[in-house]
Amino acid sequence: MTEAAPPPVLEVEGLSKHFPVRKGLLRRTVGHVYAVDQVSFTIGAGETLGLVGESGCGKTTVGRTIMRLIEPTAGAIRLDGHDVTRLGKSEMRPFRRQIQIIFQDPFSSLNPRKRAGDIVGEPLKVHGVLAAKARRERVAELFERVGLRKAQMDNFPHQFSGGQRQRIGVARALALNPRLIIGDEPVSALDVSIQAQVINLLMDLQRELKLSYLFISHNLAVVEHIAHRVAVMYLGRIVEYTDKITLFTRPLHPYTEALLAAVPVPDPAIKRAKRVVQGDVPSPLKPPPGCHFHTRCPYAEARCRQEIPALREVEPGHHVACHLR
Amino acid sequence: MAVIDHQAELSRAGANVHGWFGGLLFFARRYPLGAIGAIIMILFLATAIFAGSIARFDPFTTNARISLAPPGGEHILGADFMGRDVFARIVYGARISLAVSVGATALGCLIGVAIGLMSGFFGGWFDLLVQRVLDIMQSLPLLVMALVMAASLGPSLPNTIIAIAIPLVPTVARIIRSNTLSLREMPFVEAARAVGMSETRIAFIHVLPNTLAPLIVLATAQLGSAILVESALAFLGLGVPEPHPSWGRMLSESAAEYVRTAPWLVIFPGIAISAVVFGTNLFGDALRDLLDPRQRI
Amino acid sequence: MAAPQAILATGAERRPVAGAPAPEPVLEVENLQTVFYTRGGLVKAVDGVSFTLGRSETLAIVGESGCGKSVTALSLMRLVSDPGRVVGGSVKLDGRDLVGLDEAELRQIRGNDISMIFQEPMTSLNPVMTIGRQIGEALILHQHMSRKAAVARATEMLHLVGIPEPQQRVKEYPHQLSGGMRQRAMIAMALACNPKVLIADEPTSALDVTIQAQILELIAKLQRELGTAVILITHDLGVVAETAERVIVMYAGRKVEEATVGELFARPLHPYTRGLMNSIPRLALMRREAGPVVNRLAEIPGIVPALSNLPPGCTFAPRCTFADEACRAQYPAYAEKRERHWAACWHSDKLPGAAHD
Repeated sequence: MTEAAPPPVLEVEGLSKHFPVRKGLLRRTVGHVYAVDQVSFTIGAGETLGLVGESGCGKTTVGRTIMRLIEPTAGAIRLDGHDVTRLGKSEMRPFRRQIQIIFQDPFSSLNPRKRAGDIVGEPLKVHGVLAAKARRERVAELFERVGLRKAQMDNFPHQFSGGQRQRIGVARALALNPRLIIGDEPVSALDVSIQAQVINLLMDLQRELKLSYLFISHNLAVVEHIAHRVAVMYLGRIVEYTDKITLFTRPLHPYTEALLAAVPVPDPAIKRAKRVVQGDVPSPLKPPPGCHFHTRCPYAEARCRQEIPALREVEPGHHVACHLR
Repeated sequence: MAVIDHQAELSRAGANVHGWFGGLLFFARRYPLGAIGAIIMILFLATAIFAGSIARFDPFTTNARISLAPPGGEHILGADFMGRDVFARIVYGARISLAVSVGATALGCLIGVAIGLMSGFFGGWFDLLVQRVLDIMQSLPLLVMALVMAASLGPSLPNTIIAIAIPLVPTVARIIRSNTLSLREMPFVEAARAVGMSETRIAFIHVLPNTLAPLIVLATAQLGSAILVESALAFLGLGVPEPHPSWGRMLSESAAEYVRTAPWLVIFPGIAISAVVFGTNLFGDALRDLLDPRQRI
Repeated sequence: MAAPQAILATGAERRPVAGAPAPEPVLEVENLQTVFYTRGGLVKAVDGVSFTLGRSETLAIVGESGCGKSVTALSLMRLVSDPGRVVGGSVKLDGRDLVGLDEAELRQIRGNDISMIFQEPMTSLNPVMTIGRQIGEALILHQHMSRKAAVARATEMLHLVGIPEPQQRVKEYPHQLSGGMRQRAMIAMALACNPKVLIADEPTSALDVTIQAQILELIAKLQRELGTAVILITHDLGVVAETAERVIVMYAGRKVEEATVGELFARPLHPYTRGLMNSIPRLALMRREAGPVVNRLAEIPGIVPALSNLPPGCTFAPRCTFADEACRAQYPAYAEKRERHWAACWHSDKLPGAAHD
């Protein structure tokens, strides 16, 4: 996979984001929240990496940190081989054309006071790419590409449905011809039948434009459908990282098993031997020592309580962070 | 289920409203007090603009012979102690009141928006400092502040406008600042950052237009308040100076001396001030109810 | 080291066999109609919905946003607020019609005979009251318990819903509990007076998937132990498949299909139901299904029509691949197409056999 090939579109190495916890009148730092802890993965051209996990796992923070909307505390982010981790605002600007983001909420991700055409054209305007007339043509092209009509360019966001607004978000992300699009739960706020439309759109675009996606989601079924590789996160760490087929058919990490066991299957004919994992997701403010999952893990041993398991490649292309695998 | 039943409710909710005229009628029916307020404000505006055509006499011309003439005849509202026609002074006084209220409100909002936006965006020490300054400003009563400003700046129309605008700034700044703080974190602002837009551009293009909505209601209410403050300033001799006809000064000049001998000198300016303030308040209330998203659809 | 457990295994059905004599219904809803008066016109949020609910049955009402499922639930307890109003139909709880009752009588019933739990546990719980007091409220109100007895019973309820250290938790405030715990507390509140019917409006949509599994398991367990009838409102077909016995599918304010859960998934008779089932990603890999990999999800084209502006005839026709003139002319009759399986469609017989053809 890596012999003399061009560098991956996105390479993340040891990415960490720590938030200081400040207490008291003088706002002294009493501890840290390790929202993202030593996260590493790569995404190739035309590939989708699904990043899954439950609340507090840090997947959204990973997305924002890669976009440099939040500054990483440690680690490296490389776009097409270029290290962009610590670039200043103006140096970062040209790289922003390579990587764009689609947000979860179709209602608040569009400025309610701007017309849809202006929203989609804004990235082009900011980067001074095209003159006004050419910009309008490109926006029209983008509208058609995402399944909207040119005539709708002059409408305001409130005149569109949720699914249509999400399409506008997709069009905006495509405007600068990025190589990678980060989807932060892009279909989670949509109705089921609209989800299918947007998922199909994203997959079509990937095929046509050789786009890469970092698809962040808590919905395993959607990830199973759209991703090529999957990384599972728990409380800031990646616990399993492998290709889709392996993850869904031969998961190794107990948390992945628990997740897959918990997903309700839309088929009453199948009765799963469901071992519902007990306990709550611990708060990121007080993560359990050692392996974060040991408090809920049915196989936990003494070692799990003391030692953090490293993410190791136990089979070719299959990484797991567990002492017992 | 009678059809008539539905229709009554639907009309109340505002269905079947067509065009802007229909919209106006709907507003009038739904908020009758607000409609009255709006009419008063329109009358106020019209009076100020067409003062020349409305008043027969000139407000500045003195005429000792008709000094303190009671209402009636040519001088429908009477004449003051210098023989000036009271009606003309009221009508032209509307201009002054309009200038003061609109000017002070606009200036106060402008400065308030600028400070609030910067405070919300920059955060950190700037925000902390600005907030404390605004705290100090707000702890002084509005009137006292206006007094101090007027006294130090000296009496003139522009100075009066400034003196009334300044106390308005903290309220506006706070509202804009809190809106800015919440808007800054909205996904569509993050999207603009993700594209590489500078914070300044984001502030003006994305954040500012969305903070202004609540300001409209506040500003409308402030219009009346500004006139009241001007009256108070005039009462204390610090308002708009001669020869501008100011309702507040008309009141203050006559209040002590002539209230029993020539009550029309006090009553009519008083009615004018009350009417305009009342009108702006009614309209402002209705506007707030209309724009409140939690109200009935 | 044990090999990874098989996640899937076929097992015995635990649900009642179709064809067994239906128990006496605890809830009978007949032609329920709820409208909203909006600036855009009359919105018929619930347009003539009828169903029955058996004594310990779990009925799922499924649909997407705007279909009227939540409004139906609120209408049952007459909790629909301005500008909406229940304008027709009857809701009989054990034979007693709730629609005609006045507010005072209804208040006796809410929380006592019918309870409801909502999607967002944080906003459904009063942040300045302890959990114990909130659970106790219903007990004091309806069962006239003393404050002390109410707290004791509240602690029992917390234990019943699986909250560890209930004596401690009963004195805590909502913000001290996690999302899953809060939802359990809300369930405890709803079941404190042992109501006949529990309405759960998207109870797990805001929860993590592992917590969702716990809550669904809890609701099923409590239902078995207490014999409560449950109306589960959801948009998630997976949740329906796992928990419901019977299902109603709603679209644009009306029922479009009704059947037992097995029958519905095996042979959907309304194009909308079929479309929904085909458009969700199937976890095919996880279920080790044979057959070609699905690359494109089957879409339902278009969007839900605005309720104030419904098309003539069948409201689903504009988006339906089987629609013809008959569909556009007249709204299909709601009829029993197969045994205990109703659908409102002129072309049910044209639909292919299984859902995933």
